[in-house]
Amino acid sequence: MTIEPLGDSALIVRLTIEPEADPARMIGIVQRVAATIRDARVQGVMDVVPAYATVGVFFDPVTTFEMLQSHIAALLASPKNPRLDRVTRLIEIPICYDGEFAIDLSRVAQHASLSPEEVIIRHSEGEYFVHCIGFTPGFPYLSGLPRELSTPRLESPRVSVPAGAVAIGGNQTGIYPQQTPGGWNVIGRTPIPLFDVAANPPALLAAGDRVSFRRIERNDFNRLSG
Amino acid sequence: MNLRFFRAGYLTTVQDAGRRGFRDAGVSLSGAADVFALRVANLVVGNDDFAAGIEFTHGKIEMQCDDDRLISWCGGDYDVAVGGFPLKAGHAALVTSSDKVEVTGPRAGARGWLAISGGIDVPMVLGSRSTDLRTKFGGFKGRALRDGDELALGQPRFMIPGELRSERLSKWYAPHPWISTFGRRPQLRCVPDAGASLFGTDANARFRSCAFSVSAQSDRMGVRLTGCKLERDESGDLVSEAVAPGTIQVPPTGDPVILLNDCQTIGGYPKIAHVISVDMQSTAQLREGDEVAFREVTLSEAEALTAERARDLQLFRVGIQMHFE
Repeated sequence: MTIEPLGDSALIVRLTIEPEADPARMIGIVQRVAATIRDARVQGVMDVVPAYATVGVFFDPVTTFEMLQSHIAALLASPKNPRLDRVTRLIEIPICYDGEFAIDLSRVAQHASLSPEEVIIRHSEGEYFVHCIGFTPGFPYLSGLPRELSTPRLESPRVSVPAGAVAIGGNQTGIYPQQTPGGWNVIGRTPIPLFDVAANPPALLAAGDRVSFRRIERNDFNRLSG
Repeated sequence: MNLRFFRAGYLTTVQDAGRRGFRDAGVSLSGAADVFALRVANLVVGNDDFAAGIEFTHGKIEMQCDDDRLISWCGGDYDVAVGGFPLKAGHAALVTSSDKVEVTGPRAGARGWLAISGGIDVPMVLGSRSTDLRTKFGGFKGRALRDGDELALGQPRFMIPGELRSERLSKWYAPHPWISTFGRRPQLRCVPDAGASLFGTDANARFRSCAFSVSAQSDRMGVRLTGCKLERDESGDLVSEAVAPGTIQVPPTGDPVILLNDCQTIGGYPKIAHVISVDMQSTAQLREGDEVAFREVTLSEAEALTAERARDLQLFRVGIQMHFE
C-alpha cells in the first residue's frame, strides 16, 4: 500500500492488489479502507473517494499531507479494525430491455456472436459490484459483466443518452442517471432514479454495493416510472 | 429583497466556495473558479467568507438591488460601475436602490466575482449554493442567469458603516495580488504526480520548459493546452481514480488539461502534475490565446504558501471586521 500526494489538498491511498484477485475481495478491501478513514472523522478531511484499487482523500489545509499520511497509515495498521465485518448492501435494479430502450443491443449481440435474447439473459443474471461512482452524479461503474458481453465503446459518443439508460462499455456495465452525452452501448433502461438531490444520500448506489438486475416488461416499467 | 438582472451577460452564475462532501457520489465541486477571490470580496462587504456571490465571465451585465447594499468584486480586468461611478476591484461601495451596477469587459483575464452584503439567497442543495452546470442543479435554478432574472438577497450581518453613506468608496480594500489575478503569461507552480515517471524524461522536460497555449475549448471543466505534446512511455488507459481541480491530465492526444471546478470526480487519463492551491487564482483567469508555463515546487513549499495565505487572510478578516463594528 502506498500513500501519495494528489496535489497539495488531496492524497491517494493506493492498494497493491493482484490483478487476478477476486473482484468481491478487492472491493471489500478498498471499501474497508475508505470506511476506516471516513469513520475516523479526521480533522480537515472533506471527501473520501474510493475507485477500484485506490481511495482519494480530500482535505483542508488545517492538516498536511505528512500528518494525514501518518494518521491513515496508523489507522490501517491497527489490528482492531471494526469495519472488517461491515455488511455489504445488495441493491436490485429493475431493467426493461425492450425495443427503443435497447438501441445498441444488436451491436452487442453481433460482437458476442449471441442472440439478443441471450445477451439480455446473461446481462440480467450477472452478479455485479460497484467499483466506484463517477463520470456524473450517481453513475455506477459495475464489475462482473460476463466476459462474452464485453463490447468496445462507440467510436464517437452519442450527443444524448436518456436518463436511466443501462449500457456496456468495454468489460464494464453502468447506468446513466441523467441525460448526458455517452459512448457506451445502450441495451436497456431502468425506471428508478439513480440520483436525487433531495434524497439522503443523494446517490442510490455506492462503491462496494452488490447489484443485481431484475428483468421487467414495458408495462412494469411504465408503472414504476410513476 | 431582490437583485434584479436587466442584462445577465454570458455565463453568469451563482457560486459559493463549492459543494464538499459528495465527491464519492460523483458530484463535482462546482463553486467559484477562484474561491479565494470570492472569499476576499465577501469579507470586504462584511459577509461570511462562504456566502454565495456571482461569478461572471463576459458580456455586459446590468443589475439593480431593491434596497441599500454593499458591493465588491475581484478578478479579471473588468470595468464595474455603481450608479455611474467606477468601482475598483477589492473595494466596497454603497449601492442604493436607485443605482444601477454595470459590468463590462474583460480586457484581460477570464472571470470575476461579485459579492453583495447578505449574500445571494438561493436554496442550499447538498450543502452548497453553487450552480452545478453539468447536472443542472443548485445556484439559481441550476443554470446560468438570463436577462430578467431576480435573485433573493440574504440578511446582511452588519449595518452599512456610516462613512459609506458619505464616501461612496470604502477606505479599506483588499491587497492587490489577491484581487487582480490575471496575467498574459502566468507561470503556474505545480507539484508532480506520482505517475509522472510514466511519461519518461523527455516528456517531463518538455512539460517544464514548454510555453503552452490556452485553447478555445477551455471551460469550467478544464483549461485545455496546446503547443507541446506529452507522450507516455506506455500507452493504454489507466484504471480510473480520483482527480481534483488543479490536476493536470494528459489524454491520448498528448495535449494536457488543467482540471477546473466542474471536472468529473474520477478519471482514467494519466496525470503528470497538480497546480498548487494558491496558483488556482491565476489558473481561473486563463483564456484563449494566453501562454502558460509550469514550474515545479515541492509539496512543502506548496503547503507553506497555503498556510501563509491563510494566516494573511485571517489578519485581513480581523482588520476588516473593525470597520463594521
